[in-house]
Amino acid sequence: MPETAIVEFNDVSKRFGEGPDILQGVSFKVAPGEFVSIIGGSGSGKSTLLRLVAGLSPISSGTLKVSGQSPESSTVERACVFQDPTLLPWARVAANVELPLRLRHAPPTERNVSGKRALELVGLADRADAYPRQLSGGQRMRVSLARALTLSPRILLLDEPFGALDEMTRERLNEELMGIRRLQGWSALFVTHSVPEAVFLADRVIVLGGSPARVAADIRVTLSDKRDADTRLTPEFGAAVATVTQALRRSGGGA
Amino acid sequence: MKPSRQQVLTLLLPALVAVFALAAWCWIHLALPENDRFLLPPPDAVWAALIQYRAELARASLNTAQGAVFGFLLAAVISALCAIAMGVSRLVRISFYPYLMVLQMTPIIVFAPMLVLWVGPGLWSVSIITFLICFFPLVTNTTQGLISPDSAHVELFRMYRASRLQELRYLRIPAALPYFFTGLKIAATIAPIGALVGDYTAGSSAGGGGLGFQTLIYSSQARYPALLATAAVTCALGFLLVAMVVGLSWLTLHRWHDSYERKDV
Repeated sequence: MPETAIVEFNDVSKRFGEGPDILQGVSFKVAPGEFVSIIGGSGSGKSTLLRLVAGLSPISSGTLKVSGQSPESSTVERACVFQDPTLLPWARVAANVELPLRLRHAPPTERNVSGKRALELVGLADRADAYPRQLSGGQRMRVSLARALTLSPRILLLDEPFGALDEMTRERLNEELMGIRRLQGWSALFVTHSVPEAVFLADRVIVLGGSPARVAADIRVTLSDKRDADTRLTPEFGAAVATVTQALRRSGGGA
Repeated sequence: MKPSRQQVLTLLLPALVAVFALAAWCWIHLALPENDRFLLPPPDAVWAALIQYRAELARASLNTAQGAVFGFLLAAVISALCAIAMGVSRLVRISFYPYLMVLQMTPIIVFAPMLVLWVGPGLWSVSIITFLICFFPLVTNTTQGLISPDSAHVELFRMYRASRLQELRYLRIPAALPYFFTGLKIAATIAPIGALVGDYTAGSSAGGGGLGFQTLIYSSQARYPALLATAAVTCALGFLLVAMVVGLSWLTLHRWHDSYERKDV
């Protein structure tokens, strides 16, 4: 990999207080612009791994670099999307999307422009004045995604963002997410329970397994970059899903 | 627009209860031996007293209302500031919370005569007594609201490197509003009682006797219909305050808060 990795785990372990290791000896790199799915059974430390990159929680041993710096001191813009959209119910959609910019004291015009652009990306420009409770679950997730995009992040950290949505909505949002990524070229760490979702979105799928969790498999997805709904029907997609599913079974996690 | 079944019921059922309550009241009055009937004056006697003493009751109400509103507003503002201090700092919360309860448990009746000595009778002591009675429900509810945001939201703000002040302004204070209004509704119902107790003990409220003072006079003269009329006027005052709070709450919250979601029953 000629370019410097944007995220680099090197023998990272994580435990909380005096408890046992949650993650142990985790090593992998994410290249700029690379989309990495992370899959593993419940309690395999997937979310913890994202929190480490976000700088929300310190590592216990090893080294973790975000663009060559520690996660806490790195200025690389990172944005999180959680399973819960965590919108502010009292704020209209536009204000929710502009929140990160408001917290950075961005001038109102910049807030408006960036907010509007982010809402257009997720196809909700016409709901800017709505309140979150007036939206469907899928729409709320889109707003949450738009909020993450307003800061033009270089890394997107997604923690089962579509886990609570129905299959149809989830697939459509996956396709849209691919489209936005093609436009913006950020890197992503995408945590999910769903193998097809992990494969559909990613350049690489990392399987976490065992207790404490380690990297059980690191699988490159060799599908074309232009993926759409039809991609799911191809034999290549089926084969990739099978490979990841097998790796997940061998790791002792997953269904 | 045709009123919905729900709307009809919310008007009709309370009205029905009122009719039954009045009937029961009259029945008890008539069931008493004739010599004891003065103990529970019938509704029409109370109504007559209300008309007869309307001038002094109106003046007294105005005085009491002044103390009630002033103390209520004072409690709203000061409790909000205290709640912010307690909501922001766990240490402040732990340190002061037990004493808030002491404040609430101290019988006002014990405290009031001393207050009169400290600040003198009149609007100030009535307002302070009202303040004391309104403060606790306000400060506890608002503090609860300020610490109500879940960890996911708090983490979101940390993630975006929000300052404590921004977290307060954009997350905690808006989240506390519904709780604040709950406290405000409770405070509004008890503020007139506080003011009444205030001018019962503090003698007179602003520019003459309040409802508490009238209570003192009517009860010493055994004018029970007038006494009940005073109670009715105090209730009306409470209703008025609550109605204002409910209106304000609706204006602030109805667009986003789930409790105002239209229920299609």
